[in-house]
Amino acid sequence: MSNYKVPTMAEMAASGESPEILFWVGCAGSFDDRYKAVTQAFVKILNKVGVSFAVLGPEETCTGDPARRAGNEFLFQMQAVANIQVMNGYNIKKVVTACPHCFNTIKNEYPALGGAYEVIHHSQFLQSLINEGKIVMKGGGEFKGKKITFHDSCFLGRANNVYEAPREIIKALDVELVEMKRCRTKGLCCGAGGAQMFKEPEPGKKDINVERTEEALGTGASAIAVGCPFCLTMMADGVKNKEKENEVKVVDLAELIAKDLGLD
Amino acid sequence: MSILPQVIFLVIFVAAGYVLYRRISFLKRNIMLGKKEERNDQPGERWKTMLLVAFGQQKMFKRWLPAFLHFLVYAGFIIINLEVAEFIIDGFTGQHRIFAPFLGGFYTFAMNAFEFLAVGVLVACVVFLIRRNITKVPRLTMKELKGWPAMDANLILIIEICLMMVILKMNAADQILASRGVEHYTQLGTLFFSSLLTPLLEGFSTSFLVFTERAAWWFHIVGILGFAIYVTYSKHLHIFLAFPNTWYSKLQPKGEMTNMPEVTNEVNMMLGIPTEGAQESPAEIGRFGAKDVNDLSWINIMNAYSCTECGRCTAECPANITGKKLSPRKIMMDVRDRAEEVGKSVDAGGKGLEDGKSLLGDYTTAEEINACTSCNACVEACPVNIDPLSIILQMRRYVAMEESGSPAQWNAMFQNMETSFSPWKFAPTDRFNWAESVKDEEIK
Repeated sequence: MSNYKVPTMAEMAASGESPEILFWVGCAGSFDDRYKAVTQAFVKILNKVGVSFAVLGPEETCTGDPARRAGNEFLFQMQAVANIQVMNGYNIKKVVTACPHCFNTIKNEYPALGGAYEVIHHSQFLQSLINEGKIVMKGGGEFKGKKITFHDSCFLGRANNVYEAPREIIKALDVELVEMKRCRTKGLCCGAGGAQMFKEPEPGKKDINVERTEEALGTGASAIAVGCPFCLTMMADGVKNKEKENEVKVVDLAELIAKDLGLD
Repeated sequence: MSILPQVIFLVIFVAAGYVLYRRISFLKRNIMLGKKEERNDQPGERWKTMLLVAFGQQKMFKRWLPAFLHFLVYAGFIIINLEVAEFIIDGFTGQHRIFAPFLGGFYTFAMNAFEFLAVGVLVACVVFLIRRNITKVPRLTMKELKGWPAMDANLILIIEICLMMVILKMNAADQILASRGVEHYTQLGTLFFSSLLTPLLEGFSTSFLVFTERAAWWFHIVGILGFAIYVTYSKHLHIFLAFPNTWYSKLQPKGEMTNMPEVTNEVNMMLGIPTEGAQESPAEIGRFGAKDVNDLSWINIMNAYSCTECGRCTAECPANITGKKLSPRKIMMDVRDRAEEVGKSVDAGGKGLEDGKSLLGDYTTAEEINACTSCNACVEACPVNIDPLSIILQMRRYVAMEESGSPAQWNAMFQNMETSFSPWKFAPTDRFNWAESVKDEEIK
């Protein structure tokens, strides 16, 4: 048996190889304790399926998304241009990321700054692996036969019209996908987009993630599936706020698959 | 035959035309207070968007009841214009029902269709009044609508109800007169809805009915001309601006924020990257982001004038739903109010933009714009493709880059990104630590 491999672009370049895809990990995927598990789950799937990939490792930096949305265009562009220089230096063509904010920024905003790549969200990538028969699911693991609801990330859904890939993944498990009333184009934000993740919310009646969590809990689902690190944090906080963390899990799509394949 | 009515009609028509021309010039100038922006690419896609969204009402049909009622008023408005054309020709020529002899049975059919639409508009407007004033649909009774906006909405509905009732009354009187063989009046066959009114009028003398018919005719056509002028002062301007507004829609993915090329040049210089045209002296940079209406694009201001204050944006806004001060509708109303204020000041020889006030601060507050999650719910919800998010983000740029006035926690985040290349304060060298434990595991 061999160990899981996490090659970096630098190592690949040193040995004269070039991977098929760059896995863009993102800051949350690198530093957030909870979301690191998602990064690890995704990397295990890539290893298991035998996808040729690499990460930037220490060479990766923030895409600049929160700076841009908070209004600091200089800082955004400093980050973006530096990242583009690194990616163009490795002649990268195809990028896969588990973060819809990184996805949106690299896909839609880097081209104007000289960085044009094919950018795929991990839900789309995983769905294509399922469709190609490279991932064969076993039936849902701990969630088998139970209800799962999917919380649309604004930056994946409304911002980029990706609604079906995450749902196709859930449907590939032996679980029941239940929709919240506000879903797809009418989905309710988790409250973290637009750099809200990095400050306290403005005063109001309640926090957005609590409102959203109440709706998710209302479906009676035993798991809330997400495809975004910010949504994961916000929904998990919401579930804790409602003291339901023992009954309702908040899980990323990659984790659902990894659990199903027994990789966790 | 006296030509006095024709002369009066001509005078009213020309006067209305002149006032309308002045109003349109005023609005156009206000919209052009905004910065130039070219958005003429992909004409095919733009025509398609306009046909689907404005002409086809595509985004209205997310909820059937308001959509159906709106469609009645919309179809009524578009189609009844054919009848208005006849009114205008009759007004100029002194004829009555000039098309009737040419169209015969079809004319009767068309009049019945118009009456049907008139009743449809009437019913819809009554339901709209009930929704606003009695059942108080939340998005139609929020606090930014207090005062003139609420009055404006009710006035429009009442004017439309009056105009439609008058058409029916006119037709009823007209048909009684025709049946009495009075000169000038043509018997048309049954007009279904107005014939329901004839019993109310049959007892009156011919001269009174002629007076009633004429009064209704004048009320309707002068009312329509007056309404056309009123619309330019009202949120109801969306009936015209919805068309250019959807044509100039943003066609890129909703998540894409507009790039600032003037910043790119500076960033490239700082990072030592050669840029095209770098030899030229840098163009004068006006202001980063938007503080006032003239910093916005003209499309942003046209968006504001296209807003009919329906509040679908605000009803979907997660910040607003959870009680924050942000209301995308209010942002659009603020932009329009400020453009109006500047325009009026310029016309009065006043200070215009230099009046010591600005959009950000005097109309919209930092608390409102800071609450936005950039989730695009407002953009998605707008039936005429207005983009409040664009304006919010431009104001944030002004606060961050010109005032360094972002919330303290955002400034801390900026600092983390500058020093650690992550919004969180972690050592950049730890970025790849997550891989350690994975690499130690055997593939299962």
